[in-house]
Parts: sequence; structure tokens; C-alpha cells
Amino acid sequence: MTEKLWIEGRTLDLKEDSRIPDGPIEEKWTRYKNTVPLVSPANKRRFTIIVVGSGLAGASASASLAQLGYNVLLFTYHDSPRRAHSIAAQGGINAAKNYQNDGDSVWRLFYDTMKGGDFRAREANVYRLAEISPQIIDYSVAIGVPFAREYGGLLANRSFGGVLVQRTFYARGQTGQQLLLGAISQVLRWWNEGRIKIFPRHEILDVVLIDGHAKGIIARDLITGELKRYAGHAVVLATGGYGNAYFLSTNAVNSNATAIWRAYKRGAYFGNPCFVQVHPTALPETHEYQSKRTLMSESLRNDGRVWVPRKKGDTRHPNEIPHEERWYFLEEWYPAYGNLVPRDVASRAIKKVCDMGYGLPPTGRAVYLDLLDAIKEQGRERIEAKYGNLFEMYEKITGESPWEVPMKIYPAVHYTMGGLWVSYELQTSIPGLYAIGEANFSDHGANRLGASALMQGLADGYYILPYTIGAYLANRLGEKLPDTESEEFKKTEQEVKERIEKLLSINGNTPPDEFHMKLGHILWDKVGLSRSKESLLQALQEIRELKQEFWKDVKVVGDANTINQELEKAGRIADFIELGELITIDALHREESCGAHFREEYQTEEGEPLRRDDEFAYVAAWEYNGEGNPPILNKEPLKFEAIKPTVRSYK
Amino acid sequence: MSEKKNLRLTLKVWRQDGPQDQGRFETYELDNVNPDWSFLEMLDILNMKLVRDGKEPIAFESDCREGICGTCGFVVNGRAHGHLHKTTVCQLHMRHFKDGETIVIEPFRATAFPVLKDLIIDRTAMDFILKRGGYISVNVGSPPDANTIPVPKHNADKAFDFATCIGCGACVAACPNASAALFTSAKITHLALLPHGHPEREKRVAEMLTAMEEQGFGGCSNTYACEVECPKGISITGIAKANLEYWRAKLKGH
Repeated sequence: MTEKLWIEGRTLDLKEDSRIPDGPIEEKWTRYKNTVPLVSPANKRRFTIIVVGSGLAGASASASLAQLGYNVLLFTYHDSPRRAHSIAAQGGINAAKNYQNDGDSVWRLFYDTMKGGDFRAREANVYRLAEISPQIIDYSVAIGVPFAREYGGLLANRSFGGVLVQRTFYARGQTGQQLLLGAISQVLRWWNEGRIKIFPRHEILDVVLIDGHAKGIIARDLITGELKRYAGHAVVLATGGYGNAYFLSTNAVNSNATAIWRAYKRGAYFGNPCFVQVHPTALPETHEYQSKRTLMSESLRNDGRVWVPRKKGDTRHPNEIPHEERWYFLEEWYPAYGNLVPRDVASRAIKKVCDMGYGLPPTGRAVYLDLLDAIKEQGRERIEAKYGNLFEMYEKITGESPWEVPMKIYPAVHYTMGGLWVSYELQTSIPGLYAIGEANFSDHGANRLGASALMQGLADGYYILPYTIGAYLANRLGEKLPDTESEEFKKTEQEVKERIEKLLSINGNTPPDEFHMKLGHILWDKVGLSRSKESLLQALQEIRELKQEFWKDVKVVGDANTINQELEKAGRIADFIELGELITIDALHREESCGAHFREEYQTEEGEPLRRDDEFAYVAAWEYNGEGNPPILNKEPLKFEAIKPTVRSYK
Repeated sequence: MSEKKNLRLTLKVWRQDGPQDQGRFETYELDNVNPDWSFLEMLDILNMKLVRDGKEPIAFESDCREGICGTCGFVVNGRAHGHLHKTTVCQLHMRHFKDGETIVIEPFRATAFPVLKDLIIDRTAMDFILKRGGYISVNVGSPPDANTIPVPKHNADKAFDFATCIGCGACVAACPNASAALFTSAKITHLALLPHGHPEREKRVAEMLTAMEEQGFGGCSNTYACEVECPKGISITGIAKANLEYWRAKLKGH
């Protein structure tokens, strides 16, 4: 490939573009809050805000904005907002409460998150996140989230990967469910009060811009197929991550990138798309038609030990292999953190032993996650209380009981640190368009620590966006709700309509799902846990061929005027293919290894990732440059004022 | 992971084009069903076959496929989510079926759950119940420190047992009266067991039970069918607790 893959763009200004407040890191958020323009209660009632997505970020933002007095229109493709994929988060939520008296603090949570992210996150955002974390727990408890408690009636904590303190709050293995249902209960409360309107079974297919500002959306009613225009004074995307580009991931099967990808094509920058987290402990793939990978919570690594037989191809039953003939490779390689190393480190280690030929039969792509020692030491009752529902789930899927046999696990795509680029105010590069939660790129750098996604989603929604959106709206007092009969709305709707008609008219031979599986294979094999220039160039070529084939040969049955799940899938997959191309280009351009992004050419002699701060201490903020043209690479320099990036070591 | 041989199945599936259509069963033969497939993966594969033949695939809903989002759910051989105890249909695997078996698949049926297409139903009525008080009215801001009010571990654990409801509607489908008593009482009980829920408990129970009736769900006649089919094992004692809450509210003049 000799053509240019990208075009060098500009360097973003930390004040003008990124909007990072002045002052020492501990004071930035306070200073911001003290000086941000406010909108009076009477004026808030005159503003309408569109929120897309009802997961932790979208639900908490909707509730918080409605409480302030704004009119909120909340859109979800689900039949009920309660079903968003935050519901599946298992392990927990971090907060710098230091209830355990083990030396935790806001500073430590901040530092752990920066280090966990391999120093590729924006310092000011991460500090703010750590600072807000305790309030999230206070509020969640106040609205009835049944967190785990000690016998004395106070809250319990546990540990997660990449940290040495116990700061994770949890509700058995269903923390995401309980936090989401809590946030949704507040959505229902404000729905009952008439401040939120909920639009279930509506999928957002484009963002409408008027004079360069986001002023509305085009949504498809998934029941009637009708395209509808909705106007708002601002639009918030809380649509989650894009891990499903890899087809098999731990995401829900309908999770998709369409809203953020459409926003990108309308001019919003896309930050660090190649930072895709592969979670070490998912159930192994067992058959070719598997529809998803199921996660086994990282919390299991608190008590579980990861191992393979020391003898390659050992066919003995795991319980018959004595301890000295087992290779506890994480404990051996990383004595300080042992089984609790961060996700990227654990995933790569598991892949490494499997690539060395130690993987478990029959596929060679599995290792043991063994809790039998812990059951013996702590007793069944204690383990049951901590992980009961996870054990049940494992047995349902595999037909094997973790009470009797060690679990088998293998890494799977889980979370995307990349996402729409946003400023400190969570605003994208399109004025009036905000991105929160996993949909943005902001807080996790090149690797997210466990139990931090729930924290970020709720921090963005409950506590950050409600302040920062005021800065935009305060300048727009008296501005009328845009007219949905305007040319901009009509034109955008027409473009959406034409795309749907095109998908339906191809009438080829291949169902959308098959394209999705092919894309997934390309990305997993060549843009997955480890990448090289060679594999990436190969992937790029294959994705481009796949795109051509898709638009020639996809078969979408049915029509557009009813429930048509094939049509929904086809539209999402078309976007995943394009996004897959950008993920690959981003991975190609970043000639270093950091966090989840491991380039084979850049490793130490011991096989550890080699970060190159001199050249790559920046956020890649990709800008769309028209169909068929190479994207523009803008750079936001990462300035470390409070801490000094070090070589990450968990040994 | 099992070494059982592949299955040959006959599927009788409810097909209905839209809410107004009368609907009918259609029969499909499926060969080579891998026992390690989940029930929904089996339908995915059947659908891919249908699409390749230019036919409309069977419309059914699912999302997380981990048994927690509550999106999936239909009746398999007369049982909501199938015959396996405490299991959503997305977690039901084909190893629990026999070679040569005929499987009948139809939507959850209830007046309050109109069929939209094939196996997809409209469960919005459940949100309309929760809307009427299934929450604690506390504003985002600065609530007291989370450890200010201790909650006995026993109560917190019990509250969780009810809060774990996934809102799938299996309880309604299983009930001869199509009652949403288990669903409604789960939320009432969850919040009644926590001190934080106490300021609004009387209003909550009165409003939510009224909303349940208004939405077209039947009353509870203690058949226990809901408890049997609930994929999260929610106990029918919640209904007793909600009744107690109701009379408590009455005595207090609500």
C-alpha cells in the first residue's frame, strides 16, 4: 500500500479546544464550577436536551438534567430504558472512600487510573473523576442501591486488578444492574413528573447540524419503521462503546456504534479508536456460531488462581494435577500483583502461554481460573456470597460446576477506551454535541482498570455534564427550539432514507451477520491483542474488500415499514466496517506499545510493552475528511503536570 | 464442551406479522443442532437459513444474552423461558433437549403484553407500574455519607434478593390471571426493606398497586406459578410483604 493512509492535521490547544481549567490539579474542577455560567431555573425550563442511550451515563444525565429543570427527551433502542448494557456489569464500582483504612485517597485513585491507563489519559479529567467518586456512592445508597454490607451494617469493599487497596463497592456480581436500576428509577421519577419523555424502540440514525451546531436527530421508530425528526438545544450521546465491531465481544448483541459513527461523519473527532480492551476472563469460544462471549467478573481474580499444566498437552483431569505440576504463570511473572495485574497485562500473558502451546485442550485457547483452593480455605458459604451468581452462570453455559472443576477462561473484547473526542466539558468538536460514558474517549487512557466504567458513566451523567452543558446553554437564552421542517432536518432525513433504501435494494446473497463475523475475524486476528505493521496493513486491505463486498452482496429481507431486525443489523454492520478501518489506521499510526495497544515491533527484551512518550504522548483526534479520503490526524498533547509518567511495572 | 451428538429438531414457532394479524404456528426442521448452542443461537442459525432462502426470519428479542437485561423471553413447550429452573431463555442450552424432539415456541401471552411481531411483545405496561413510585425521591447533590445510616446485613441481602428482578415478564406469562404481582411486589419489598425507602413507603404501595390494575394486569390468586418460572428466583413472600405494606398504608390513612 503506497497511498497515504492519513493526513497530518493540527495540534489542539489545551485551553481553546480541550478547555482544561487553570490551576493546580486539585483545584481545577472547583474553579470550573465556581466560574461556569449558570442558567436560571426559569430559563432551564425553556431548554430541551436530547439524550441518546439509557445506560448509566444516559440515565444519570437524564435524571440529573431533569432535576435541574431542563426538558429531556431520552431515546433508547430497547423496549425499556432499564435494559441498556450497563446492566451486565458484574464486579463493582470504585470510589476513594477509604472506608477500609488501607491508605486510599483521591490522589491514589487518580494515580492508579492514570497508571492503569498507561499514561495516555488527560490528567485533569482523571483527577476530577477520582474527586467525584465518593459522591456517587453516597447518592446511589440514598436512592436504594443494595450494596454489599458488613455485619455491622456498613458498606463492604473488595479489590480489583491493578490496585493495592480495597475501594470497590459491589452488589454481589450484579453491581451494574443495581446501579442502572437505581439511575433508571430516577428517570422514571422525572418521567412521572413530566420532565423526561422516553422514546423506547427508537434508533438514532443521524445527528442534525444547523450552522455547525448539533440541533437534533433523525430516529427510526423500530416498530413502524417511520423516520422521525427531533429537535433539541443540545444533543448528548451516551450510546456506549464499539466493541461489537469485533463481532464476538462481551457486549450485548445489539450494542452498536452507529450514533457515534454518524457524529464522526458529521465532523466530531474520534479519539484513540485503537484502544480496545480485551478482558482476560471470559468464557472460551466453543463453537463457530457463538453469538457472544460471556464475561466472568474480574473480581474472581481476588480469590481465583490462573494456571495451566506445566506439561504441554497434559490430558489429565485438572483436579488430578498436583500443585507442583501447575504453572501459576501470573503469580510467577508478576509477584507483587499476582493474579490481580491489570486486564491488558493478564490478557497478554494468557495469550502468550497459549501461543507457547500450554493452552487447554481441545482448542488450545483456554486456561484455568481456579477457585477450588479458595473454597477449601474460606468455605463454600463465603465464596457463594461473593460469587454465587457467577458460578451459576458458568454452569448454565458450560454444563460444568466451578464448585468441582476449575473454570476455563480466555480473553475477549470487552470495552473501548477510545470514543468520540471530548473537551474537559465533555463536548465533542461539534458545538452542542456531547458524549458521555463509554461513548467518549476521555478517562481511561490506553487501558481501563476494573470497576472504573460504572464510576465514569455515573460521574459524567450525575455530576459533570449537568454543570458543563450550562456553559453552552447560558449563551443561548431565548433561542427557540429549532424547526424540524427546516432544510437541514429534511436533508438529513432524506440522506438516512436513501441509505436505508440502498441497503434494501442490493438484494445479494449474504446475510448481514456473515459480514459481521468476517469483520470480527479480521479485527480479532490482526487488530487484536497484539498488532504489527504487517498484520495491520493486511487487515486494512481485507476490511476495504469486505466493505465493497458488503455493498454489492448483502441480503436484507423484508421492508422498511415494520419491525425489521435484519435491516437494523445491516445498518450497524456497515458502520462497524468503516469504523474497523479507522481502528486499524489508528493502530498503524501509533508506533509504540501502550496499555491495550501492543505493537509487536515495540517491546522490551522481556516482552513488556515499550511506550514512546517522546513521540506519542498525545491523543489522536481523528477527523473525517470525506468519503474515500484519508482521515485527518489532529493531536491533543498530553501534558503531565501533577504526575510523571513512569514505566508501568506490576512486578 | 459436552460430547453429546448433534440433535435433529422440529420447531413449531408462532408467526404473527403485526398486532392486528391473527397469527399461526409454522413448522421448521433443523438438523445438526450442536448441544453447546444456546437456544437463541439455535434460532440465529435457523434465521440465517431463512434469510438465505429469501424468507423473513423469526422476530425475537434479546440483548445481553447473559440473563440479566430481561430483553429475551418467550414460551418454550408451555413454560416461560423453557423448563430449566431459574434460567432465561438466552441461558438455556440445547444440551437440555432430546434428539428428535418437537419444540413449541410462542410469545408470552397477557392482555397487558400485546404481540408486536412473532415472538416480540410490548411490555411497556411494566414501566408504567414502576413510574408510579418505584423510586426514592432524593435529588442528586450532596446526600449524607453512604455510611451514615447502617443497614443490617440481613436486610440489605434480602433487599437485593428482590431488587434483582430483571423485568422480563415471565411471572406475568406464567400466571393464569396474567398478574404482575410478583414484579410489582419485588420493587415494593426491595425499597421497604431499606431505611432509605421508608419516607415514601405508604404512598408507594398504594400508587403502584393501583397502577398495576390500571395497566390491565390481573390480581394474585396464590397459584405460585410466578415463583416457579422467575429466572431470578424471586420469592412469592414478596407478594405477602407487599400486601402487608398495603394494609399498613391503609391503616395510616393512605
